[in-house]
Amino acid sequence: MHEVNVDLLIVGAGPAGLAAAIAAAEAGTGEIVLIDRLAELGGILQQCIHNGFGLRFFKEELTGPEYAQRFMDKLADFPQITIKTETMVVDIARDQRTNRVTTVNARDGLVIYNASAVILAMGCRERPRGAINTPGTRPAGIYTAGSAQRLMNVEGFLPGRRAVILGSGDIGLIMARRLTLEGIKVEAVIELMPYSSGLTRNIVQCLDDFGIPLYLGHTVTEIIGRDRVEGVVVAPVDSNRVPDLKRAFRVDCDTLVLSVGLIPENELSLQAGIELDQATGGPTVDSDYQTNVPGIFACGNVVHVHDLVDDVTEESIVAGRSAAAFVRNLRAQRTQHAQCAQSEQRVQREQCEQRGGGDSGDSGGSDVSSIQPAKDAFITIKAGRNVRSVVPQRLRRDRPSVLYIRVANPEQDVVIGAGGLRRKLRHVTPGETVRLTMAPEYFPEESQLTVTVEKSEA
Amino acid sequence: MAHKETDVLIIGGGVTGTAIARELSKYAVSVMLIEKEVDLAFGTSKANSGIVHSGVHDRPGTLKARLCVEGNRLYPQMAQELDFLYKNNGAVVVARQEDEIPALKRLVDQGRQNGVTGVRLIGHDDLLTLEPHLSPELAGAIEIPSGGIVIPFDLVYALAENAVANGAEIMLGTAVTAITEEDGAFTVQATKVATVATQAAQTASAAYASQAVQKTVTVRSKYIINAAGLHAGKVAGMIGDDSISIRPRKGEEYLLDRRLAGFVKRTIFPLPTPVSKGILIIPTVEGNIMLGPTAHSTDSFDDFSTTATGWREVFDYVRQLAPELKASDLITSFAGLRAASNHDDFIIGPSAVSPRFIHAAGMESPGLTAAPAAARLICDHLKEAGLRLLPKSNFIPVRKVVRIRDLSAAEQAQLMQQDAAYSKIVCRCEYVSEGEIRDAIRRGATTLDGVKLRTRSGMGRCQGGFCTPKIIGILSRELGVPPEQITKRGPGSPLLAGRLRSAGSGGGAHGAHGVSDASGMHGEYDAAAAEEDGADA
Repeated sequence: MHEVNVDLLIVGAGPAGLAAAIAAAEAGTGEIVLIDRLAELGGILQQCIHNGFGLRFFKEELTGPEYAQRFMDKLADFPQITIKTETMVVDIARDQRTNRVTTVNARDGLVIYNASAVILAMGCRERPRGAINTPGTRPAGIYTAGSAQRLMNVEGFLPGRRAVILGSGDIGLIMARRLTLEGIKVEAVIELMPYSSGLTRNIVQCLDDFGIPLYLGHTVTEIIGRDRVEGVVVAPVDSNRVPDLKRAFRVDCDTLVLSVGLIPENELSLQAGIELDQATGGPTVDSDYQTNVPGIFACGNVVHVHDLVDDVTEESIVAGRSAAAFVRNLRAQRTQHAQCAQSEQRVQREQCEQRGGGDSGDSGGSDVSSIQPAKDAFITIKAGRNVRSVVPQRLRRDRPSVLYIRVANPEQDVVIGAGGLRRKLRHVTPGETVRLTMAPEYFPEESQLTVTVEKSEA
Repeated sequence: MAHKETDVLIIGGGVTGTAIARELSKYAVSVMLIEKEVDLAFGTSKANSGIVHSGVHDRPGTLKARLCVEGNRLYPQMAQELDFLYKNNGAVVVARQEDEIPALKRLVDQGRQNGVTGVRLIGHDDLLTLEPHLSPELAGAIEIPSGGIVIPFDLVYALAENAVANGAEIMLGTAVTAITEEDGAFTVQATKVATVATQAAQTASAAYASQAVQKTVTVRSKYIINAAGLHAGKVAGMIGDDSISIRPRKGEEYLLDRRLAGFVKRTIFPLPTPVSKGILIIPTVEGNIMLGPTAHSTDSFDDFSTTATGWREVFDYVRQLAPELKASDLITSFAGLRAASNHDDFIIGPSAVSPRFIHAAGMESPGLTAAPAAARLICDHLKEAGLRLLPKSNFIPVRKVVRIRDLSAAEQAQLMQQDAAYSKIVCRCEYVSEGEIRDAIRRGATTLDGVKLRTRSGMGRCQGGFCTPKIIGILSRELGVPPEQITKRGPGSPLLAGRLRSAGSGGGAHGAHGVSDASGMHGEYDAAAAEEDGADA
């Protein structure tokens, strides 16, 4: 077991970690360690072999692996980035001066990194069957959509022959098409809500084009089959999402694919004492994508589940640059602190410390709060009418920020209001986040800003 | 047709059968255990609540009372010898209203009669001091310091592995079909079902047409132990003993996230009902909270489904005991069938039909707690029936496994340096390494569930979403079979339906997509070489 000091450690080398690493390196950060548990970089993108990635960021349509490759190629320009694949981060602990990140892999065994700054980019995981408590048996043939996708697109195996998909989120929709293209009969896509949470383009291209029926307002009420799935019972649900078993029907299948939600992967964040937003399941962040713990940043699906990877890239660049600035400021402060400590005369030292900050007594130590902006430099965001979540949750007053707003329910002809900003939209749905650029001129005087979705008067 | 001979044949590879196998392996006799499922602990033991009961619940004078108290006392030393997870966490039985207090007092008296020590009645305030997350509405409780918890399948594998280390033989996936007795010995006919998955079945109807290859096995044994659990009545019937009839009693259990570790320290019992010890809040050894079980008689011997009504019954009940419990912490659920019999007590002793055919049946609660004591009693019955049990001088009492999550950072680092497989983390939720999965396969796991029950991989909050492909790959490599033949729990439960048509042959999908993943499912298994082997055979 040995210890290594680094400027920045990034947990996760999916789209978020890759973009953050490159942005931090471009901004001049010294030693960066980029860690991933898989053998290859790119995270979930490597199994997303369909196209539709990069339309906004690269202004062209790429597959997942192609999108990841753009960043992986760029990594080669930055020798200060050390890549550790097949490496698991076991623990993140804060102490006075640093973040202690415990990692394990087959080459180095257990290694502890002392990192001045950390970027959390662990992404999210899929909600399993147990979490939605579907009654029935526990046979082979129940896969989360991402697992089925990995089995097919990375490992090269068929998960089954005849499938039912529960959940019409984007992964469920993409998998309906993917399974069909490989000769698996997709009997139905079942959606609990009266609307799909997937992108409209995916409903058209993945279901309608292949004649796959979508049952809105239905759910799977039982899984049948002792050893391998033999079928599922499907029933419509009422407005309280309670199934009407009198109208239940059986669908024969050997595979049940679950696309029933993604959960930001924040076990490590909790270890590090990071505060989570109940609505997103991810850390609360400010305009710099810094969490409530100074020096720990977060970006990508670990913060909130994104619709588009382009948005992940955009916010991860912000996180990478912010972490770079944090490391730079910390260095400057430590240098100054060291100079102060060398001052012979006590009076001089006190003057020096008053100028530069830093707590006396702990020579060479760093009080990270002294390089943080003051509390009144932020506005706290609240979710108002028909708003489920807003990221970032704390805005810097001195600069524009991009807000990602997820509504609670679908609604037609609405106005989104945030401070002095008003924007009319014809249609909002929980499946598509609203991206809103907030400039300082729209900020209110108060320390709090409520984002609302109101019915349009017109 | 394979033919085997043994002194004692144990039918059934649950906790009862394996405890007997381990006890008998202390003596200079040959011991064989036969199990119809492809792995041990795949029946009733798998879904057991894992409670080491104190003995307060059982009617004085019964075998249940005696063997429960005796078994309870054997656990601490047994856990130390066999390295299974055991915790003496204690238990409380709570009264919801004042009018239940007299029933608590009766339990205290019953416990004392049974020889349970340290049981005491406590008031509302003391209860909340011990267990602050319980409902302030509860009226009082009894505290039982001797209560404990284990992981039932972990216990079964520990017992079996130690028995095997001491010479016992185990036949898995082998179902007894007939028993005849002549010349002072039994001839047992059994069928071993092996599956050979057919390569890439082309139509939906032919999918999973894994060819069942049946092999007949004959075992000649001087003594038979009927530890067949749910099927004990059927096995007894094979020698014409119709005294046992089993009516399964189903129990559903619901497992909550490990983030709740410490929510309760002791196992929380309500007052017992006429058919069960009630619906409990169980802190598992690994830190999860388990809720259940239900108790409903059923005619089915293979209904392992959970139900919406079962969940409501469990959750509504436990919320009366601990209102803070949340449905959103649920990570999985399962159901099991208790081998409830037509007798009021355990059925332990020789059959009326043959003194050398000894029952260890009707082992419903507290069967797991009683198992080690029942195993000793079975040995006594074997002696009475004429079997000489001479202690072996070379008996190995200990068995050890590696669980890296239980090691300190320094110990982990040292182990990882010796064997890098322990530094490849496969299951991130439960922190299980490839080395432990490899060990589990070498210890006998042949299926995904077998690996899961031995290592906990796939039991955590993501429920195998991340590790399943990796474990299929390791199983494939270690067992030397293609990934398509890996099953969840034996014949009929393949995990995959073949290869992608676009994946081609040889390099598989990796070649096609240029992804190189050394830890992927193809592992080191060489498909081409295996096919050649097949052609030679």
